[in-house]
Amino acid sequence: MSTPVVPAVPARFARTPHVARRERTEQIAKWVFFAMSVSMIVPLIAIVAYLLYRAAPSLSLEFLLDVPRKGMREGGIWPAFVGTLYLVWISLAVAAPIGVLAAIYLHEYARDNWLNRLIHLAVINLAGVPSIVHALFGLGAFVYAARFGYSVLSAALTLAIMTLPVIIASTREALASVPKEFRQACWNVGATRWQTIRRVVLPNSISGILTGIILQVSRAAGETAPIMFTGAVFFKAVQRGDLFPYGLNDQCMALSMHLYTVSTQVPNVKESIPYATAVVLLGSVLMVNAAAIALRVWLRNRKRW
Amino acid sequence: MAADDPKRPPRGPGEGAPAGVPGGPRTGGAAERPRRPLLSLVAERLLEAAIRLSGVSAVLFVVAIFFFIFREAAPVLFSREFKLSEFLFSTQWFPTSVSNVRYGTLALTIGTLSVTGVAIALAVPFGLGAAIFISEFCGPRLRETLKIVIELLAAIPSVVWGFIGLTVMNRVIIALTGAPVGVNLLNGGLILALMSVPIIVSIGEDALKAVPDSYREAALALGANRWQTVRRVLLPAARNGLLAAVLLGVGRAVGETMAVLMATGHAVRIPHSLLDSVRTLTANIAAELGEASAGSDHYRVLFLTGTLLFLITFVVNLGADLAIRSVRRR
Repeated sequence: MSTPVVPAVPARFARTPHVARRERTEQIAKWVFFAMSVSMIVPLIAIVAYLLYRAAPSLSLEFLLDVPRKGMREGGIWPAFVGTLYLVWISLAVAAPIGVLAAIYLHEYARDNWLNRLIHLAVINLAGVPSIVHALFGLGAFVYAARFGYSVLSAALTLAIMTLPVIIASTREALASVPKEFRQACWNVGATRWQTIRRVVLPNSISGILTGIILQVSRAAGETAPIMFTGAVFFKAVQRGDLFPYGLNDQCMALSMHLYTVSTQVPNVKESIPYATAVVLLGSVLMVNAAAIALRVWLRNRKRW
Repeated sequence: MAADDPKRPPRGPGEGAPAGVPGGPRTGGAAERPRRPLLSLVAERLLEAAIRLSGVSAVLFVVAIFFFIFREAAPVLFSREFKLSEFLFSTQWFPTSVSNVRYGTLALTIGTLSVTGVAIALAVPFGLGAAIFISEFCGPRLRETLKIVIELLAAIPSVVWGFIGLTVMNRVIIALTGAPVGVNLLNGGLILALMSVPIIVSIGEDALKAVPDSYREAALALGANRWQTVRRVLLPAARNGLLAAVLLGVGRAVGETMAVLMATGHAVRIPHSLLDSVRTLTANIAAELGEASAGSDHYRVLFLTGTLLFLITFVVNLGADLAIRSVRRR
């Protein structure tokens, strides 16, 4: 570093060595923190690029639509893909109403009493319970106690309970973004609490709620442990391109489970197949998340208050 | 937070609204106003009941999770030949041995602790550094971009992380260290660090954002630069929130299953170096539950391990919540 004193500046504005050092530490701190932020992102991009590169020989529409052949050493991933769609839709159908209503209760009805605090604690804890513990719960509660057996239904219900906190958290955030004055105005013209929610709060927060539901989809699609012991299986014979191969009581394949299977349990798999499976799973999850982000950005730009 | 709102309006039609305050259609002067049809009133009551029920459901689910796991684990816990001290403090885990069945989880617990330790040692400095950069040093556009990337990072499924550990990290570690196998403690720790960084960044950034701007302004007015402000003012002020961020990162790392199952190798033993293979409590359940026949001792011990995990994460999350709560109160 050169000496920072510039002669043209009047003496009282000259940079003392002390000031110069202060500015230098600020610059150093800034770049160190910048490097720390970037150091998480660069390897990630490199890894994704590497996955894409290795997956390229298998990636095609045919890979998505075809069924696994020769003991999963060749062919595609259709049964697993459809299975994931099944699990996601059913868990969504269960979790979305409960989650949205629970968030409405927490934000619009509950007072700050012990029950509300208990619910808050339960939601936080539900989000923190390890996925394998959810799997044990699904096995004990749905497969054995409720006698659903190893089935799409058990797996989807397990996923639903696991992803409930995602919906509750983002719906609460969406509800909190509606200004209090909107509600007060509505109450003052004589609407009841529910009428206010129905006519004022929900229309103004629906995009935020949708974002949360989309995030639930992405979370449910990626989970493996909870479905591994409640309904997802290694292999299930399905017709190529069949959209409705499973019943509620059948076992199913799932994309996340399939990735685990082909990468650890099946010997001599064609090199690119596990990579392509990973890319399809990663791609679908990231696409869903990108949609949620886009919706949120659009919503924020449109906001009128 | 509406819960903190002191001025709550009346809770429904005719429920405790003071006279003269317009709160519901039936509170004052109901005779002059047109009454709502009975059907809509009933529907509203039903809906509100459903809302209340859903609100309580989260509590019910948590209780149900504990109940159903503990119900499967209880017979072995209270059986005569099972010793809790052996379960917790023995390193001998021979669940399928013919002559000498042992259920000691100490090696698994240490496996979990060591992987979590490596992950947190890597994730905390980087996560907090990134949180500080995003919150204090960068412009609004870069901030939005970084936040989106970090959100996407958090969305990557754990099985994909495991796959990355198994394929990419595995080769990188073998090439760099010359270890015979690349799926080991270091690999699992790296993967878990990448997985818990997003949560540390987002919660940490929230904590820094929650520090009032007047603190920053006061520090700047005294002539501090940004680094000095961060170091001397923001970090102490946001201490509890940052602690919560770290705790939630720990919770995520302890509970992670698929990634450690695939990336840490399978060796039930106490690791002595970063390049030893380990197995964690979570991975152990995932690996062995499929083989344990329902109702057997092995199966019940795995559920007992699950109960242990549930309690560990419960305590960690409770701690994080208390830390966050103390931030909000200020």
